[in-house]
Amino acid sequence: MNWSSWAEFWDMGGYAFYVWGSYGVVALGVALELWLAAGRRAEVLLTLRRSRDEALAGDAP
Amino acid sequence: MFWLQYAAPQRLYALAGRVYPLAFALAAVLTAVGLYLGFWVAPADFQQGQAYRIIFIHVPASWMSMVIYVAMAFWAWLGLGFKTRVSGMMTQALAPTGALFCFLSLWTGALWGKPMWGAWWVWDARLTSELILLFLYLGYIALTRAIDDPRRADRAGAVVALVGVVNVPIIYFSVKWWNTLHQGASVSLTKSPSMAAVMLWAMLVMTLAFWAYAVGMAFYRVRQTILEREHDAAWVGELKEMAA
Repeated sequence: MNWSSWAEFWDMGGYAFYVWGSYGVVALGVALELWLAAGRRAEVLLTLRRSRDEALAGDAP
Repeated sequence: MFWLQYAAPQRLYALAGRVYPLAFALAAVLTAVGLYLGFWVAPADFQQGQAYRIIFIHVPASWMSMVIYVAMAFWAWLGLGFKTRVSGMMTQALAPTGALFCFLSLWTGALWGKPMWGAWWVWDARLTSELILLFLYLGYIALTRAIDDPRRADRAGAVVALVGVVNVPIIYFSVKWWNTLHQGASVSLTKSPSMAAVMLWAMLVMTLAFWAYAVGMAFYRVRQTILEREHDAAWVGELKEMAA
């Protein structure tokens, strides 16, 4: 067991800024990429459905 | 060969849709195991104290930044040589994740370098060549987005990917070829690793986690590129996600 308390864990032997600064930005980067990619999927599907609906409306008599 | 059927965008779309949830799930499980090993099982380093725990993400991010670029060069070569339609799509799908890992490698390296070397950044061969890799990624992304015609974008991008790949061995061997401040490899194919087994395991599990994440991300992203390029195809209109 490395840590006798949560406070000790968060302190990282005095290197908290460097360790959590690294892990935090990695987590943030991954979260941002997932969010952007999911947003693009929604956008692409919306655009495709709209252009299909417009084409269908154009065909109607 | 059986895998050639996935050179058809429709097949790749279906395959990617099945693979990406599995890859993301695997990445989540491996991350949990890797972080457990890295923070609770691995002891503090006798020289670096707790700060060394940055390597459990720094080394995997650096490795993946190189692996993804090599994968892009492979797809680029396939696309130029065999004119397969999905090659350019795969190259484009990999690039943002490679750029992210490259940035994270530099970021976590800076945060390790400050307490250990006393400097956020030095212009040594390892750091400089990794920075060049980031510019190659960004250049590839900017170039392929600037060209409207997908086939021309793919070809121009493939040239960047193939020319740029010479930088990867330069990064890898930089610590041998030049006298760098960056330390030599802790893990190599030719000799036993110079680190404790549990630390090595934590690093390897995190690498597999990043690898699974990259696979999931590339397959997730390639589906949107396929939809955009194949929007007139009948099979796209029949997808269940196109209902409503």
